[in-house]
Amino acid sequence: MKNILVVTSGIVAMILSTATFAGPREDLLAQYAAAAKTASFSAARGQALHTQNFSGGKPDTPSCTTCHGKDTRGAGRALTGKTIEPVAVSVAPTRHTDPAKVEKWFKRNCTEVLGRECTAQEKGDWLTFVIGQ
Amino acid sequence: MRIPYRPLAIGLMTLAFSAFVLARAQAGDRHFFAPVTDPVVKEECGSCHLAFAPSMLPARSWQRMMGELDKHFGDNASLDATTAEKIASYLVANAGDAGGQRYSNKLLKGVAPGAAPQRITELPKWVSEHRKVPDWEWRHKEVRTKANCVACHTAAEQGYYEE
Ligand code: HEC
Ligand code: HEC
Ligand code: HEC
Repeated sequence: MKNILVVTSGIVAMILSTATFAGPREDLLAQYAAAAKTASFSAARGQALHTQNFSGGKPDTPSCTTCHGKDTRGAGRALTGKTIEPVAVSVAPTRHTDPAKVEKWFKRNCTEVLGRECTAQEKGDWLTFVIGQ
Repeated sequence: MRIPYRPLAIGLMTLAFSAFVLARAQAGDRHFFAPVTDPVVKEECGSCHLAFAPSMLPARSWQRMMGELDKHFGDNASLDATTAEKIASYLVANAGDAGGQRYSNKLLKGVAPGAAPQRITELPKWVSEHRKVPDWEWRHKEVRTKANCVACHTAAEQGYYEE
């Protein structure tokens, strides 16, 4: 009995601690999941969004890769020539941790590339993709 | 006691270098345009391109630009009103025609009074300073656009513009 108690409280503590350690990226994903009414995001769909060529946006920015590059772990480049730090979390651990910044750029960049804002599903997929990169 | 020569030497060199930079800045070197120091302006106006030195344009220019960020050279650079206002007042306070910015006035030479030029790269003085830059250099893949100052002026982030 005592053992079970210890084990249970251990598990509870673990759950609690992961909950406290869930960072802003996980919070964002949770928000997008709620907005999209979905339980699952797909890194593969995120990658497809990242590399796909769209025709709805501006002709000189058909794809996310135009500025962020195909290799998310490498630096990208804006049309103005300015270097953009990689977006892959493995090489840029502080990426996507400021929700206001993430939202601001999703809005700007999706409009540039797709000619419309991205859906919560698309944002969640893309974020899942770069978190895993 | 051993005298730590190396740290001492490095310390002295650093000191000498800072003094040198400071002296040049204070002498109002015509190559020097104080870079943006405000973190918000750096973040919001320095992510798509170099955060251009406010002293390179007159206050009128910044006021107009900040009023039409949704049509920013073909981009939508809109910000929330509070942030935009904060940035505008920083740019205006440090503009080329704000008090005491003698040397940037040189870059503004030839700008008609009352005009609000939107491009640094179209200022008459900027154009004449760059008239000797050959065409192929502008088209070089590391340059891409005239607005990419850093490609040629490697210390532009620090405010220095020489060859
Ligand atoms: C015209 C160039 C350009 C294109 C095209 C582009 N981006 Fe970006 N993106 C930027 C710049 C510039 C930044 C801000 C600079 C930085 O964060 O280093 C940025 C930042 C971001 C951020 C914020 C990162 C953070 O750390 O918070 C996200 C998210 C993002 N982009 C997503 C996308 C997606 C998704 C696409 C494709 C639909 C895309 N971008 C296409 C230029 C671009
Ligand atoms: C979403 C991207 C983006 C953001 C954010 C942005 N800009 Fe720009 N800016 C551009 C583009 C694109 C150009 C045109 C560059 C070119 O001609 O190559 C430009 C050009 C400029 C120029 C003229 C450069 C020249 O040719 O002399 C100035 C000045 C300028 N921006 C100031 C600002 C200020 C001030 C802010 C902050 C309020 C800002 N920009 C934020 C994209 C951006
Ligand atoms: C393709 C390379 C290139 C780019 C891009 C470029 N410059 Fe220059 N710039 C030069 C060269 C070369 C000179 C020196 C001209 C001379 O001495 O004949 C110069 C001179 C200058 C000077 C005069 C310095 C002095 O000697 O008094 C200023 C100021 C300046 N540039 C600012 C800028 C700014 C601001 C930008 C971006 C908006 C920019 N430049 C972009 C190449 C470039």
